[in-house]
Amino acid sequence: MSTDTTAKRLLDLNLTRSLLISLGVLLVGVLLLESTDRYTNTQLSSLTYYAIAAIGLTALTGLNGQISLGHGALMAVGAYTTALLLDTESPLPFPVVALAAVVVTSVVGFVVGIGAARLHGPYLAGATLALAVALPSVALYFKGTFNGEVGLTVASPRPPEWFVSFIDAVSGEFATSSKYVAYLGLFCLVVALFFALNLRRSKVGRHWRAVRDQEVAAEIAGINLGRTRVQAFVISAAYAGLAGAVMAVVVRLAAPSAFTIVLSLSLLTAAVIGGLGSITGAFIGAAVLVFLPPWVTSLSTGSGLSDTQAAQMSPFIYGIVLVLVMLLAPGGVMGTLSTAWRRARLRRLHPATPTQKG
Amino acid sequence: MLTITDLTTSYGPVRALDSVDMTVEAGRITAVLGANGAGKTSLLRTVSGLVRPSSGTITLDGTDITGAPVESMVHRGMAHVPEGRGVIAELTVEENLRLGARGAAKRPSDAPAPVRTLDDAYQLFPVLGDRRSAQAHTLSGGERQMLVIARALLARPTLLLLDEPSLGLAPRIVAQIFDLIRTLVADSGLTVLLVEQNARSALSIAHTGVVLNLGKVVVTESAEVLRNDTALRHSYLGF
Repeated sequence: MSTDTTAKRLLDLNLTRSLLISLGVLLVGVLLLESTDRYTNTQLSSLTYYAIAAIGLTALTGLNGQISLGHGALMAVGAYTTALLLDTESPLPFPVVALAAVVVTSVVGFVVGIGAARLHGPYLAGATLALAVALPSVALYFKGTFNGEVGLTVASPRPPEWFVSFIDAVSGEFATSSKYVAYLGLFCLVVALFFALNLRRSKVGRHWRAVRDQEVAAEIAGINLGRTRVQAFVISAAYAGLAGAVMAVVVRLAAPSAFTIVLSLSLLTAAVIGGLGSITGAFIGAAVLVFLPPWVTSLSTGSGLSDTQAAQMSPFIYGIVLVLVMLLAPGGVMGTLSTAWRRARLRRLHPATPTQKG
Repeated sequence: MLTITDLTTSYGPVRALDSVDMTVEAGRITAVLGANGAGKTSLLRTVSGLVRPSSGTITLDGTDITGAPVESMVHRGMAHVPEGRGVIAELTVEENLRLGARGAAKRPSDAPAPVRTLDDAYQLFPVLGDRRSAQAHTLSGGERQMLVIARALLARPTLLLLDEPSLGLAPRIVAQIFDLIRTLVADSGLTVLLVEQNARSALSIAHTGVVLNLGKVVVTESAEVLRNDTALRHSYLGF
């Protein structure tokens, strides 16, 4: 009996914690959006969809041990679904459209996941890579529906009355459509974050980690390995779908050129740089992805490089950052921080004993 | 309880089990003994479904379970403690135990079980209670073995498969674990299929001994007889 109540209390504590963190992020997001200029607003909107996708990928890779080089393609599914659904006289409200994008992408993720569940390591990377390469060309093949190379322009959702008055009350500014989109992104991010925070400690997350660490032990404990892997892939795909939906309304375009293998690789590097399996890490990785390139470019132009050279600098620096992280901090930003913190605490508790190295 | 008939398991051209026949009686401890490579672990892995046999049948309480998926075994009342402490290293002690407890959800609630709740498990193994929020990879070898046994018991099994519980443990810990198994069987009517290289310890608690050599059953005898048969002990059991 008493374990049951303890479990409930733990669950409640966990829920409360996730809720508080999510609300905190919402608050910080509103403050950031209202205190920065228009350009930074756009960057922050990009940050929301990168972060959503990176959280989904870090759940898949960090908690369940599956790798995916195909999440860019899954984002494309979400983005095209959103573009098609918004392209009517009186479109459905964005949350409904986003939900539809999530459902459609989850279905695709389910199909891919069934295949993925049988593969490991490099084979899984290869199979999902094929997805990343093949899926955008579907848009080229069905020109009638997806408008080929040009892609679909996305009608920006109009800010509703209450939103206009809310922004007026907060900062006294006029709520533009791009501001509304930034808030939609923030809202989606907070919802995605809330679920991800609960996932790790939940029964589902426990099973994912068990399958990642010790297949045999997990199986013996009665966990179906295949079903668990497919489940992880579907949930991760749902995140990619939501990210795609936000991306569509932020960028206002769903075109094959936006969803190449580069996007998939960027998402994976974001998850790795931040620290695999850490949600905060996914945020940091996404922020690096969004803010590093323009920063490097402006720095390069400032130091006298030509525009072309400056444009070439950012992927170069990005590569160097990735190499350095792998060499010096293989656990990513969060992995390294948490190791350092644990060591420091150990030293504080046992000042006399030398701490273990490595 | 468990009946194995003409069971053959091969890894490619290698026959790990060669027409094995044996029965495990309810409420007793049956020890499978033999040297390295005799097929002991293969036998347990085949019984629990981790390996598919090439021929033969396995029945549990009259139901044919040959080739059934591993994850279904726990719902049929079979819990496997794998060789080399199958703890899930990155999960905490408590999380490991919760994995075991989920297996019990589909078991009849009136099944006799010595360990029903996490508290029971902590009572049985106080060390685990002290370290419930530690990650399992920080445990010692003996603690890991206790954790895996506790996890298996939480699934409320009727048949417990134990693979080399003494492997790499100090004699004192081995004695402790074997004592515990004996008590569990005596008190709760649990059935145990124990695979051991440490024949002396195994025979001290077993009711029946089955000796495997090169995948074949060479002797099936009561533990009492095996303990006293010097010739047999010398040739197969090494003590």
